[in-house]
Amino acid sequence: MILLDRVTKVYNKNLGSALDRISLHVEPKEFVIVVGQSGAGKTTLLRLLTREERPSSGKIIIGGIDYDKLKDKDIPLLRRKIGVVFQDFKLLPNKTVFENVAFALEIVGMGNKEIKHTVPKVLDIVNLKGKEDRMPLELSGGERQRVAIARAIVRQPKILIADEPTGNLDPKHAWDVIRVLEKINKYGTTVLLTTHNQDIVNKLKRRVVTIEHGKIKSDRANASYEV
Amino acid sequence: MSNHHRNLITLNRIVQTGAVNFIRNVSLAVAAMAVMVVTLTIILFSVVTNATFTNTIAQITSQISISVFLDSNVTDAQAKDFAAAIKKQPNVDKVDYLNKEQALQSFIKANQGQQSIIQAAQQATNPVPATIHVYPEDLNQIKPIEEFLTKPANQKLQTKDSPSYQGDRKEAIDNITHATNVLREIGIVAVILFAVISALIIFNTIQMAIFNRRDELQIMRLLGAGTWYIRGPFIVESIIYGILSALISVLIIDGAFAAASSALQASSLGLLDINYAHTYFTDNFLWLLTLQMALGIVLGAASSTIATQRYLKFKTTK
Repeated sequence: MILLDRVTKVYNKNLGSALDRISLHVEPKEFVIVVGQSGAGKTTLLRLLTREERPSSGKIIIGGIDYDKLKDKDIPLLRRKIGVVFQDFKLLPNKTVFENVAFALEIVGMGNKEIKHTVPKVLDIVNLKGKEDRMPLELSGGERQRVAIARAIVRQPKILIADEPTGNLDPKHAWDVIRVLEKINKYGTTVLLTTHNQDIVNKLKRRVVTIEHGKIKSDRANASYEV
Repeated sequence: MSNHHRNLITLNRIVQTGAVNFIRNVSLAVAAMAVMVVTLTIILFSVVTNATFTNTIAQITSQISISVFLDSNVTDAQAKDFAAAIKKQPNVDKVDYLNKEQALQSFIKANQGQQSIIQAAQQATNPVPATIHVYPEDLNQIKPIEEFLTKPANQKLQTKDSPSYQGDRKEAIDNITHATNVLREIGIVAVILFAVISALIIFNTIQMAIFNRRDELQIMRLLGAGTWYIRGPFIVESIIYGILSALISVLIIDGAFAAASSALQASSLGLLDINYAHTYFTDNFLWLLTLQMALGIVLGAASSTIATQRYLKFKTTK
């Protein structure tokens, strides 16, 4: 589902490489946690997957799409197939909860009737029923993050990438978010999660990839947190 | 769902979002439209002024003619044939034939108040020759007519001092034409200059608005929105500015003419014939309105297309 082959990313030659020959293979329906300290290269890795950045060298293939052969006009189509949850939520501030989630469907040209039918279902999955008309600023951090998750999964992507989705949340809300991710994974979506949260990593008992100074330090199944 | 249907939904959404954004960003709309209105008003004013000047020149020059004085031996039939022959020449707008009697009356009318001249003309036999007035289409191209008139065969039909070009009058008219042309050229340069400056200001205003919403653009991009899905609403918004600005500028000019003709109680300001300008404006209202709207739309659409460009680019550096 996700294949990285000796991927290197250099932003600035004087600073060394942010990622150094990373190779990673993620199977369909897998739940992979990427851990590592700030600056280790986690976010760079995710930005490469969403094609916000291009690798300096190496190969990336996701869902059969070779990024080297990807044309600019096809990047939006790629992004529609990947659900992304950002650490800073990235909600549209002038849109309500409903509109934020609906926006992901409007982009792909879904009709209004279908949107009205689909969005409430997804908001129900992330436990936001009844908050459809709130603006993002009226929500707590955990609620905003769940809106972002709803938006990421509403198109039923095969892959969900979540960049420290619990980073700004207290433990209770953090676990709410993680439960939602587990639920989605159970329905068949491949999940790639980056986190700092030791407690979450240890309790999830999933495959853990540890990145340090831009390199993969370890890659273990049913693992716990160690940096 | 068919592709066609999907495209319709998308187009509908783009237009709707653009309209909503227009309403939500009123302060920006006012700023951008203020600049646009000034530009479009000046352009419209110069178009009308230009048409008026052209009309003024045409009116003055249409009164100018070449006078062909006929020898007293020439019969009425010969004179009419000659007039017809002149009429067939290129650049001849019209010819007027006056027989001796008519020419005398015209002479007397032209010299009213100068008793001694009139008395001299009315003495004994009529000294005023039969005359053909030749009105050229373009005063600057009378050479061929002149050549035709001075051919020996044709010269024989005329008196010694024929043809006459009314030299002093032509010179005065040349001066006016020259002055108006210079004025018009200065006007065109000023308008172009102003249009460029205000296009830059409009561009900047729209760019600032888009800068304020760059995060939003970036989020849309990350969610997989296509270029035109993101850009479309901005263009729609700018087109609304353009259409409204065009309407306002037309209303301003209309009001200005109404005020000028009623308050000044004058039909012209120097070379600018206000009455004609107002008539021209009224007669060509639809065409001018269309021109203004087209300009406003192009100006707005181009500015917002360029201004969104940089936020929609994908990274190409490795």
